[in-house]
Amino acid sequence: MPQRLRLTDTSLRDGSHHKRHQFTADDVRSIVGALDDAGVPVIEVTHGDGLGGSSFTYGFSHTPEQELIKVAAETAQRAKIAVLMLPGVGVKEDILVSQDNGAAIVRIAIHCTEADVSVQHFELARARGLETVGFLMMAHSQPPEALAKQARIMADAGCQCVYVVDSAGALVLEQVSDRVAALVAELGDDAQVGFHGHENLGLSVANSVAAARAGAKQIDGSVRGFGAGAGNTPLEAFVGVCDKLGFETGVDFFKIVDAAEDVVRPVMPDECLLDRMALMMGYAGVYSSFLKHAYTQAERYGVSGAQILVRAGERKLVGGQEDQLIDIALELSREKVR
Amino acid sequence: MKAAIVGSGNIGTDLLHKLLRSPVLEPRWMVGVDPASEGLRRAASLGLEVSVDGAEWLLRQDELPDIVFEATSAAVHRANAPRYAEAGIRAIDLTPAAVGPYVVPPVNLREHRDAPNINLITCGGQATIPMVHAVSRVVPVSYAEIVASVASVSAGPGTRANIDEFTRTTSHGIETIGGAGRGKAIIVLNPADPPMIMRDTVFCAIPSDADPDAITRSIARMETEIQTYVPGYRLLREPQYDAGRVAIFAEVAGAGDFLPPYAGNLDVMTAAATKVGEEIARAATTSADRHVTA
Repeated sequence: MPQRLRLTDTSLRDGSHHKRHQFTADDVRSIVGALDDAGVPVIEVTHGDGLGGSSFTYGFSHTPEQELIKVAAETAQRAKIAVLMLPGVGVKEDILVSQDNGAAIVRIAIHCTEADVSVQHFELARARGLETVGFLMMAHSQPPEALAKQARIMADAGCQCVYVVDSAGALVLEQVSDRVAALVAELGDDAQVGFHGHENLGLSVANSVAAARAGAKQIDGSVRGFGAGAGNTPLEAFVGVCDKLGFETGVDFFKIVDAAEDVVRPVMPDECLLDRMALMMGYAGVYSSFLKHAYTQAERYGVSGAQILVRAGERKLVGGQEDQLIDIALELSREKVR
Repeated sequence: MKAAIVGSGNIGTDLLHKLLRSPVLEPRWMVGVDPASEGLRRAASLGLEVSVDGAEWLLRQDELPDIVFEATSAAVHRANAPRYAEAGIRAIDLTPAAVGPYVVPPVNLREHRDAPNINLITCGGQATIPMVHAVSRVVPVSYAEIVASVASVSAGPGTRANIDEFTRTTSHGIETIGGAGRGKAIIVLNPADPPMIMRDTVFCAIPSDADPDAITRSIARMETEIQTYVPGYRLLREPQYDAGRVAIFAEVAGAGDFLPPYAGNLDVMTAAATKVGEEIARAATTSADRHVTA
């Protein structure tokens, strides 16, 4: 029997970084409509940094995310709408509001050593009948056994699928399969395992295949790669690869290819590129959503964006510490004067 | 003044060391619930009476404290607060329970020193709300936002279970004590090894015609004032002005009383608690003196 994979498109969440959080209701309506028609089963819609992410630190939303979630839920005929939430940025109330607006799945994202802060959110979500996903972000920074222990904490709290999240796009092939396999072994039938990739080393599709072969049941991607850094796993490419390899996704390849070209590309400010900055992130293990902030601070303080990213890696910054990029830029500009 | 510490985790134990140095507060009891607690072991070896039966045990003793420092969790303090009040014990609450009025020493300590229950908001609040106030005393601040980054090892189980309370309570404090029209708080736990020193960033929305020099001077005065009781507090950079906002970057190194200096988040909280406790003790002594002379 062919292995079935459930795909989640995250262009309307991870792509929010690339779009600098300027999605409009029309953008959401057109993308959700096209993806739903192509058979994408789950579509994530939230500020790039999760519920409550609209801020000085991460960038203010053009349109309040809850409005966008509502539009998405009204537009989708078949697809379920997912939202992302980072404990410490959003709060439980944000989850409840998103459920009122039609979200059916909540994905709780934490840095991959901090699973215990997500317990209260999983408990709430399950009590309210929401489907749950857990994100172990920056998964490259921990060995498989350590990740598996964190996944266990999430599963015990009520998480139904734990994702290995390659936030920095730093994982390479076996490093993905080893991590996914460790989670599958730990979780057994208690929860599924998923994989969320980034293209920063040009491996997102291959890494997603490695994840599926190691037992992942859910895979993330973004149509046209529309995501942070060099973008996410281009979902239309992954659907084509799945057709070739015999993984069942339920997504129509031709429809999603058209959606990528005709509907999603026009919404993107520009293509997500595997350029110097993106490669720096994959190579140094830097959180992909730092990219646009690094550009902003590099310009503001006349320093090198690539150096900002490398130093962010040296400082071992985690997702959410975008404020520290300003500090790094100031540090670099002071060194330049000296 | 006789003091008790309820909660023997990171915060309670760090506080113990500060209270032992206080000229006006005498820590006599420490209670917890974990028999394996390092904090209780330390407290016992330093001559305090200890118990693993929590506030229950404390309130059963013949001699009661004048003041109790609660370093448990929001839920536990909500349950304990009425019982302290009933026994006439003043409470300084280091959880985000927010039973009593919020106090941030350099902003509003005097105002609430007679309150039966005082809440210290959160570590992130203690480290940032003074700076929001420093800006809002110069210009109107329609919105303020803070990001507190702390080392994972310095965030105990109470903090972790209370992460939502942290963001909500801090946001509220930014508004009510900081003076911002709307407040937002973000907390990030960073597991880097060696552990990172606590960092706090404060963004305030300011009017386009605001005078940056006046704001910067006010911020510098506040830094000096915080340093009188949190010596490891310092601004890392000059305040940064960009389209409609000022950004303030601070670092809080701890005194290394219990956890090493990276845990400035413990220090800023326990130093504030000690300062509030001492203020209460001094006020009580002054009013007692007045009674004697009258």
